[in-house]
Amino acid sequence: MGLENNLLESLPDVLTVRLDAVINWARKSSLWPATFGLACCAIEMMNTVSARNDLSRFGAETFRASPRQADVMIVSGRVSRKMAPVLRRIYDQMPEPKWVISMGACATSGGVFDNYAIVQGVDKIVPVDVYVPGCPPRPEMLVHAIMMLQDKIMNESVKDRRDTIESESRQSLVPGTLPITEGTAAEKLTEAEVAQDQVSRPYTIPSRHEKRRSS
Amino acid sequence: MNTAVENISASYEAADQPLESQMTLSMGPQHPSTHGVLRLELKLDGELVVKAIPDIGYLHTGMEKLFEYKKYQQGIVITDRMDYLNPLGNNLAYVMAAEKLLQIEIPERAQIIRVLMCELQRIASHMVWLGTSALDLGAMSVFFFCFRQREKILNLIEAASGGRMTPSYFRIGGLMMDLPAGFDNRVRQFMEDFPDALDTFETLATGNTIWQSRTKGVGYISKEDAISWGLTGPCLRGSGVGLDLRRHNPYTGYETYDFEIPVETDGDVWARFRVRMRELYESHKIVRQALERLKPGPVKSDAPKVVLPDRDDMRKHMDSLIHHFLIVAEGFNVPEGEVYMPIEASKGELGVYMRSNGGPKPDRVHFRGPSFVNLSALPVMSEGEMIADVVAVIGSLDIVLGEIDR
Amino acid sequence: MTEKLHEYVEMLRVRNADWVADVKDAFGEVTVTVPAESIERACHYLRDEAQFDMLADLCGCDRGPEDDPRFEVNYHLFSTIHYNRLRLKVLLSEDSPRVPTVTGVWKTADWHERETFDLFGVIFEDHPDLRRILLPSDFDGHALRKDYPLRGYEPYSMN
Repeated sequence: MGLENNLLESLPDVLTVRLDAVINWARKSSLWPATFGLACCAIEMMNTVSARNDLSRFGAETFRASPRQADVMIVSGRVSRKMAPVLRRIYDQMPEPKWVISMGACATSGGVFDNYAIVQGVDKIVPVDVYVPGCPPRPEMLVHAIMMLQDKIMNESVKDRRDTIESESRQSLVPGTLPITEGTAAEKLTEAEVAQDQVSRPYTIPSRHEKRRSS
Repeated sequence: MNTAVENISASYEAADQPLESQMTLSMGPQHPSTHGVLRLELKLDGELVVKAIPDIGYLHTGMEKLFEYKKYQQGIVITDRMDYLNPLGNNLAYVMAAEKLLQIEIPERAQIIRVLMCELQRIASHMVWLGTSALDLGAMSVFFFCFRQREKILNLIEAASGGRMTPSYFRIGGLMMDLPAGFDNRVRQFMEDFPDALDTFETLATGNTIWQSRTKGVGYISKEDAISWGLTGPCLRGSGVGLDLRRHNPYTGYETYDFEIPVETDGDVWARFRVRMRELYESHKIVRQALERLKPGPVKSDAPKVVLPDRDDMRKHMDSLIHHFLIVAEGFNVPEGEVYMPIEASKGELGVYMRSNGGPKPDRVHFRGPSFVNLSALPVMSEGEMIADVVAVIGSLDIVLGEIDR
Repeated sequence: MTEKLHEYVEMLRVRNADWVADVKDAFGEVTVTVPAESIERACHYLRDEAQFDMLADLCGCDRGPEDDPRFEVNYHLFSTIHYNRLRLKVLLSEDSPRVPTVTGVWKTADWHERETFDLFGVIFEDHPDLRRILLPSDFDGHALRKDYPLRGYEPYSMN
């Protein structure tokens, strides 16, 4: 009895830390990407997967076509206006835990294409964990990005990764609408503007980790 | 209780009847086998495709509008991103259209190097085609072999220009800079190892009975339909028309090279596959011939108002410095007029319609992408086939969405 | 090299003199300006008599909002038998940018005309399925017109 009493005081913290470590280690060592190759960066992503720079030695063994079976979405390529709602929908269909790597200059900030057709940065649509510059980035850069993501995963906590409520996550997106995550707008909106925006825009409820990550 | 039994038997009767209506399946923009963000609306009768409607535009980048806001030299960078498997081909088409408007002569060494790099790029593009088509049909190991060869070519292109996939190596009036020392030895070494790789592909793909049964008789298009739908390149040569712009509308000295034009008459996926495989042998021949002809010489033409001077020249001579400054800061004025410059890219006829109004920026640049036109014939090829065959047909068309959507 | 093309132009002129409004020969290419209402018959004639059996390209062009006629549509014809190329040009005013479709002559014009409609707003009469192809279907305006700004009207956000 005395032992359990003593352990119980220290047990939760100890266990959480060790459980975190084990779970994060398992997650980072088997990151399965979702195939989201859009343009030229997709070919460099295919180069990263092929024999010369082998991504599967980092755990990214298979590229799952279905987002339901994927952990990380590597947005490789330029995101056009027509594709943006599709991107958001695929991101919503991925179950927790999920991460996003924005590969290439076009996904990070619009790249060479500063015009009517390209979304200037995929972080206007989904929250991004790792940005990879380059046009296209070399395969070694993508491998480095995966390693940075693995380091980031090791620092997370299990408590942050809770799934969104199923009914909210099934809410389909109205085409032509664009959700904006906090902290990515160039100018700071006043609170009144933010409140007004939230009211007028339908938005899938962000999960807790999104709010935490995009600051 | 009687009504419950009646309900159950009624539902069994309904299940016995075949499906009356057709199903519409959206082979959506995110799909592992559509080679990019292509959406196909398939109206299906069971597994049979009744109607296939491609829906494109998911990668529309507004490049044609961007060209109007950039000087001619700056536009070369954008052309790389169009057909991203054949960037040197895009560069060549754009640069040659501008040269046609400016009417400047290209030195011989630059022309030989252009042919050499374009043929290497054609081999690299066909490697991706073969790898991804095989991946779609389930033959995964071909993918890895093909990308192994492609890595070698990308190393060569990177040695010459600095970029693996977006080289921007050609300039209006010649090349960006000369080839590095020892480049021709590296190409020779690659060319010596390449026939073994080709034998591997023949064993893995051509001699494979599963491959043959999945591709023979699938996706047929007749000769008249192919011409009417505007198909060009291997898709047209697979239907019996021996048209190759390198022979029939030659450019950069292709008329002096000795190569054959592979033609097959079956018009199905197998025929297009055989045409592309034979083209690999022909490209090999052309690269060998180009290597023999390389002689030292200038790689930029003698047009100081258009072509950037060499760095040494620029540092030592005042007029070169002034020309450099003017070309970079203000651009050069291109005479008024319009041209259409078609080349034989790896996918078909890549045509550039360039129109100038006398200023440093083009008035209108339109790229006639071969994949755009080839994809429009997909409904003809895939109606009456099963869904899995549609995947084979898309693979045989060799589409690149960057070129389709521009 | 352009003598053969000029022969075709003469054939066209002999068939119907209205069809040839203007002929230009520059950079090794011959451009024939054809009035809008007769383009389909001219194309039919050229396909049947002069063996221009492939339409290589069909593209629109906007000369600028001050010019009249404002729009052009260029037809690039190609012959897979003689390997000749000819360009036909149609000039359209801004008030009524309508031109008959040539999908009855070459089936490939289908998607090219949809693209020209999408990016310029040129209306092709009797086209089987004239709707947007590259831009999103709820896009407002025609993107490649000279008075459409490069960056669009607003960054991608709710409408």
